[in-house]
Amino acid sequence: MTTLDTRSNPIGADVQSGEPGWKRYVPGHHWRTADEEFDACTLGFWLFLATEVLLFAGLFCGYTIMRYKHPEAFVNGSSYLDWRWGALNTVVLLISSYTMAAAIRAFQLDRQKAGRLLLAITFICGLGFLVIKFTFEYTPKLSGWFIAIDPALHHYASLVDGEALGGLFKHVAGYGGKAPGQFFSYAFSSDPWEPLWWSIYYCATGIHALHVIIGMTLIAWCYRRAVLYNAYGPSHYTMVENTGLYWHLVDLIWIFLFPLLYLIH
Amino acid sequence: MTTLDNSRAHELGGHGHHEGSYLTPKGGFWATVWDWATTVDHKKIGVMYLCAVLFMFFLGGMAALAVRTELLNPVRTEQVKALGADGKELMENGKPVMKTVITGQWLGDMAAWWKGQELTSIDQGNNWYNRAFTLHGAIMVFMVIIPSIPASLGNFFIPLMLGAKDVAFPRLNLLSWYIYVTGSIFAVCSILIGGVDTGWTFYTPYSTTTDADHANVVLMVLGAFILGFSSILTGLNFVVTVHKLRAPGMGWFDMPLFIWAMYSTSIIQVLATPVIGITLLLLCFERIFRIGIFDPALGGDPVLYQHFFWFYSHPVVYVMILPAFGVISEIIPVHSHKKIFGYRAVAFASLGVALVSFLVWGHHMFASSGELGATVFSALTFLVAIPTAVKVFNWIATLYKGSIALTTPMLYALMFLFLFSIGGLTGLPLGALATDLHLHDSYFVVAHFHYVMMGGTIITFVAGLHHWWPKMFGKMYNQFWANVGAWIVFIGFNVTFFTQFFLGSQGMPRRYASYVDEYHTLHVISTFGSYLLFIGFMVHLLVFIHSLVAGRKAPANPWGGLTLEWEAASPPSEHNFDHEPIVTHGPYDYETTVPPHWNAKDYPLPALPANHH
Ligand code: HEM
Ligand SMILES: [Cu+2]
Repeated sequence: MTTLDTRSNPIGADVQSGEPGWKRYVPGHHWRTADEEFDACTLGFWLFLATEVLLFAGLFCGYTIMRYKHPEAFVNGSSYLDWRWGALNTVVLLISSYTMAAAIRAFQLDRQKAGRLLLAITFICGLGFLVIKFTFEYTPKLSGWFIAIDPALHHYASLVDGEALGGLFKHVAGYGGKAPGQFFSYAFSSDPWEPLWWSIYYCATGIHALHVIIGMTLIAWCYRRAVLYNAYGPSHYTMVENTGLYWHLVDLIWIFLFPLLYLIH
Repeated sequence: MTTLDNSRAHELGGHGHHEGSYLTPKGGFWATVWDWATTVDHKKIGVMYLCAVLFMFFLGGMAALAVRTELLNPVRTEQVKALGADGKELMENGKPVMKTVITGQWLGDMAAWWKGQELTSIDQGNNWYNRAFTLHGAIMVFMVIIPSIPASLGNFFIPLMLGAKDVAFPRLNLLSWYIYVTGSIFAVCSILIGGVDTGWTFYTPYSTTTDADHANVVLMVLGAFILGFSSILTGLNFVVTVHKLRAPGMGWFDMPLFIWAMYSTSIIQVLATPVIGITLLLLCFERIFRIGIFDPALGGDPVLYQHFFWFYSHPVVYVMILPAFGVISEIIPVHSHKKIFGYRAVAFASLGVALVSFLVWGHHMFASSGELGATVFSALTFLVAIPTAVKVFNWIATLYKGSIALTTPMLYALMFLFLFSIGGLTGLPLGALATDLHLHDSYFVVAHFHYVMMGGTIITFVAGLHHWWPKMFGKMYNQFWANVGAWIVFIGFNVTFFTQFFLGSQGMPRRYASYVDEYHTLHVISTFGSYLLFIGFMVHLLVFIHSLVAGRKAPANPWGGLTLEWEAASPPSEHNFDHEPIVTHGPYDYETTVPPHWNAKDYPLPALPANHH
């Protein structure tokens, strides 16, 4: 709602005036003061975060019940996940949460360059998270194709049965097929309910990844507005602030997902 | 009259610059269309919601009439004597040859005729029946009742009643209208490509196994998912508006009760809808990937779906009814010119209902849950009745010794009290375990929830529309014909649904296209009642059209209300008020305040105790 209702400053003639965007900002006509508008946006955003938490709560609830019904399938399925990738991604997100908070602080102190740089780092961390998730986790599990630099490959050196893109990707026989529901075709599963585990795994991490993408879009938008007309500064930083809140939520959810998915014994 | 505070009437009369009404067209036809399509004015968005909701109400109503018409003549298989090519009875070994025919498939025959095919089996025809009632239920619940009062009247009147220029997030408000339309289009598309036959609750395994309707179910469920977003955004917007945009001088307990009700509603919308969101999303995945969470064959649990569904959908029945409580709490004091009895009790009852509503979802699942759980849920269910009853008694106490004007809104409010009491009281046998096991999934449940949802919410929606119509469109309507319409609706409603209590207690199950002869008479009565209902609503439609075309200009305060919306012009100007209003009296202080814009021509001031001293 911040992005929708904090009016975007027109990029036009007055940009040349040199006056930064945050000084030119005027609140919507129905607000008495900019402070009231800021308070309202923040309250609205917290409510929105509550809905996000509840959305994931439903997912966690489904997880709990399924795990209670089929503990072996979950232990088994989870053993295919490498906790080190999960931990690395946790670290990546934690760093990005820190840089996001620092970016907000920088804008509040009118340190525009630092703010932009920190936003960029946050964005790159988000991208890193997705890259790790997709290239090292999703792709091999779904298809059996590993990227050549994947350290896990040397376990399966003897099973490599194909290459693509000049050796950039290597295929490991029998590794793929750990897909959700009816697409599950992994031949060596030892529990009949394993497809269910993969369904939960992909639903949870997929919906989370979608949130990462949304968060990155917001960050990119903030960045663009900061670069084009210094939109954020000491007296007006609603949108970065709320983007930050969103990003912390994305981080927080992952912190719950990580042990629930990777660390089951 | 000396003790009356007349100052406001002078203060507001006349001076100050006047802007044009929000309805004044902006330029030519297309410019006006564009202006409405991109508006962030809460009033226009409210009117747009009103149009969308009324359109969906019409669609859902047509489906209901189709269902009732089918039930005039139930589906049967009969043995009849076969005829030969010459038109004579075929004989074999001296006996007539018999063949089986299916009769009473009015709806199936219609659908087959429309598609240019013949019905080939009894299932095919029955499927059309299932689709019609699913269509009816899904439209009425997700596209009519949930957005009805909040999104149309709420959007229009919350800012006005708070003395604000708009809701907190006007653009978000427009977005939620577009999301609503998108969700409805998804649902309508699923109907156009053949419809869904799962019932509005989308229970698994129906919703995961009816293979013929693969894409339709996904579309319909996605539609409901999208509508959920619209509902969340509207609720969120209202909560923030109430917190942050009250006029100077308006504390929490100076707010009109409609605002309290909308506030409680919005909280439920924000907190319950995400759960159905994830559930419906999982249901879509279930269909597309067969992920198995709700499918026992794949290791899942179909009852889990029911828990998820009712965790949302029970609170949502209060999203449906709380706004109605709010409207009634406005209409009754205004049209009886009397202070509401027990303001705080009514306000807190709204919050109380909101709270308890999260704890009772299990009462929809007595038949599918364990004994202990069922007992606990049954006990909790009875708690809901307490705040509800508090409200009903407060309204009745308000009426007592009031100067009641039998205007259309008031007439409807009285009908609401009657119908809702029946609806609420019949909830009690459903909440009690022993009786529910007999009544569950029977027409008794159908009658119960129609008394609360239609007799409660829809009736009140229409009441509120008549109450605020002059303010919204600046035109009065013909009260005589509106009252006639109200009576037809009232009678039609009772004829349709009271009979269903009998049907249900005699054992007629819900959602069946066929029944044994014993039920025939009651079904026929019920169907004719539904035609009467249709006529009643058509009368209202004509009254409204007549009002728009030829109605007398409405005064700013036709009924003598004290809440802030009556200080604005009829219809309100673009920015609602010429000056930001300052609140100096309570919303129901009839003893001490002359209503704004009071004019002896419109209505006399009641003989108040204050006038005699
Ligand atoms: C006075 C308080 C109420 C009580 C004690 C109550 C109780 C119940 C119970 C126990 C059922 C389940 C019956 C069964 O399936 O066997 C039920 C069904 C239902 N109630 Fe109520 N109710 C109350 C008020 C309301 C209100 C205010 C609404 C809506 C505005 C409502 C809407 C519904 C609906 C839609 C169903 C049927 C759901 C379905 O299976 O399709 N109820 N009620
Ligand atoms: Cu319920």
